[in-house]
Amino acid sequence: MMLSKGLKRKREEEEEEKEALAVDAWWLDPSHPAVAQAPPAVASSSLFDLSVLKLRHSLRQSEPDLRHLVLVVNTLRRIQASMAPAAALPPVPSPPAAPGVADPLLASSDAALSASMASLLEDLSHIEGLSQAPQPLADEGPPGRPTGGAPPGLGALDLLGPATGCLLDDGLEGLFEDIDTSMYDSELWAPASEGLKPGPEGGPGKEEAPELDEAELDYLMDVLVGTQALERPPGLGR
Amino acid sequence: MNCPDESTYGNKADIISTVEFNHTGELLATGDKGGRVVIFQREQESKNQVHRRGEYNVYSTFQSHEPEFDYLKSLEIEEKINKIRWLPQQNAAYFLLSTNDKTVKLWKVSERDKRPEGYNLKDEEGRLRDPATITTLRVPVLRPMDLMVEATPRRVFANAHTYHINSISVNSDYETYMSADDLRINLWNFEITNQSFNIVDIKPANMEELTEVITAAEFHPHHCNTFVYSSSKGTIRLCDMRASALCDRHTKFFEEPEDPSNRSFFSEIISSISDVKFSHSGRYIMTRDYLTVKVWDLNMENRPMETYQVHDYLRSKLCSLYENDCIFDKFECVWNGSDSVIMTGSYNNFFRMFDRNTKRDVTLEASRENSKPRAILKPRKVCVGGKRRKDEISVDSLDFSKKILHTAWHPSENIIAVAATNNLYIFQDKVN
Repeated sequence: MMLSKGLKRKREEEEEEKEALAVDAWWLDPSHPAVAQAPPAVASSSLFDLSVLKLRHSLRQSEPDLRHLVLVVNTLRRIQASMAPAAALPPVPSPPAAPGVADPLLASSDAALSASMASLLEDLSHIEGLSQAPQPLADEGPPGRPTGGAPPGLGALDLLGPATGCLLDDGLEGLFEDIDTSMYDSELWAPASEGLKPGPEGGPGKEEAPELDEAELDYLMDVLVGTQALERPPGLGR
Repeated sequence: MNCPDESTYGNKADIISTVEFNHTGELLATGDKGGRVVIFQREQESKNQVHRRGEYNVYSTFQSHEPEFDYLKSLEIEEKINKIRWLPQQNAAYFLLSTNDKTVKLWKVSERDKRPEGYNLKDEEGRLRDPATITTLRVPVLRPMDLMVEATPRRVFANAHTYHINSISVNSDYETYMSADDLRINLWNFEITNQSFNIVDIKPANMEELTEVITAAEFHPHHCNTFVYSSSKGTIRLCDMRASALCDRHTKFFEEPEDPSNRSFFSEIISSISDVKFSHSGRYIMTRDYLTVKVWDLNMENRPMETYQVHDYLRSKLCSLYENDCIFDKFECVWNGSDSVIMTGSYNNFFRMFDRNTKRDVTLEASRENSKPRAILKPRKVCVGGKRRKDEISVDSLDFSKKILHTAWHPSENIIAVAATNNLYIFQDKVN
């Protein structure tokens, strides 16, 4: 695989965003005057998106490569920390119908988000939990998260802030969209798709995850963590 | 180093994942992604065939690990051999440890060149004879046969690692060895397979607090109580097993402060140590991170003694290398027998050697297109900018799928083994 020459492609595509190199790598160019003096202050949202993509991909493995996962998470935290102070935008307005808008649940569910990320990392100690959480799709479809430009993403980060330790922007639904919820539909969980609004892009249902409200999100996490946490004896010196 | 000549050994079906000479250099073992081990043996030098001095030929091939399925976790366990380590030879047989992600095995490789003939109750094909036809009693005798090399698994050390094993290291006491995974290191006795001692455990109480993993570990070559392990944050800890049963508190802690002028979002990833090796003398350790090789004096913890740039021209390409995951590649590094030269791999089938005394370095390429057998290897150069000279290759033309992650150096001679994907190259110093 050669280094990219900067092919332009649609952002919806799942493939690595090679344009990130051509467009956004300026801060790594040592000859760039802005870089010569100081370390980079702000990462582009595409580097953030790329890292979230890597994190999700890593978590989807039946047995994640722990080193890869830890390095990506730490890098993501750095990127997020650098983006948060720069995101001085006003909080994103509530009506979910507005395109590309982060949903009000984010404002109120910082704790849920950090808990959900924490739970996912917690699941690393019960690796079998991860193997059954987000189902790997046979074909990796488009990520499906709202891609309506950078400002909403930064706005969502403004809500999250580094203090919560959250690693997601408005891509919360993006993290869970791949979960095959048909197992949980009938008894455990009200059918998710009814009564939920379509994604901001208004595209085909497959591509855009339905918005989850807060209670369903928490319940989903309980189900994932509760049913999948098969205990494996941690102590190995026998 | 003088010009090496080259012998190549053809395509393997699978990608080579580890290469290791034994303690005398007579044998060279490779492990591959398919779980196979191939052992090469050096030919005895003969006056008749001087030009075939010390070539390596296949000695034994066996399937070390098979793919397994963990039914409890619904996971397939890869059969890829992560590491091979030889035991010192104590009798006619050879012993080596080979490991995949979860299970370490001790293999005995021995020769059989005689077989018993003249059984009373069996005929030459092994079929039972009709007792009525037996009229005499004879003693079976050993007769020569064609040399057969057989590999038998003598011990299987299983079920001790939740995470992926990245290192094994034989202790200088030759009675114990350690195996390290992402979060734990276990100490084994060769004779005991159902039990191991956990000597390092960095698993946090809450996995969400996990920020660092173990990347490599090795015993000191002479002090059987001392070992080191490296981390994904670019640190090395030296531990003394006499201090306590659980070596969670290190005796020494090696870390170089971050260079503020080189800081980027990828600083941590490129500082992650992919390999750590004691020098043969035991006085130094060498570490490999993404862009450099460092030599540390065991008595100086705050910075390395020497730093060598492997491929600094990649520093401006880190974003792209992050994107295509190459930034996570784990390169190994090796010392030569006298600890005066160190070697490590790079991309485009390049590998680099650094002479610690003369401070000279060279880039060589392991590829059949660019060298014929027995030809002298030509030094290569990567052009970083400006005008490219005739034989130089520009950074953007490098092939990042051709990575040399695994190399080995003969313990006493200038013979090196270089694994380039599924090809093994063996280079020797040419003596005229």
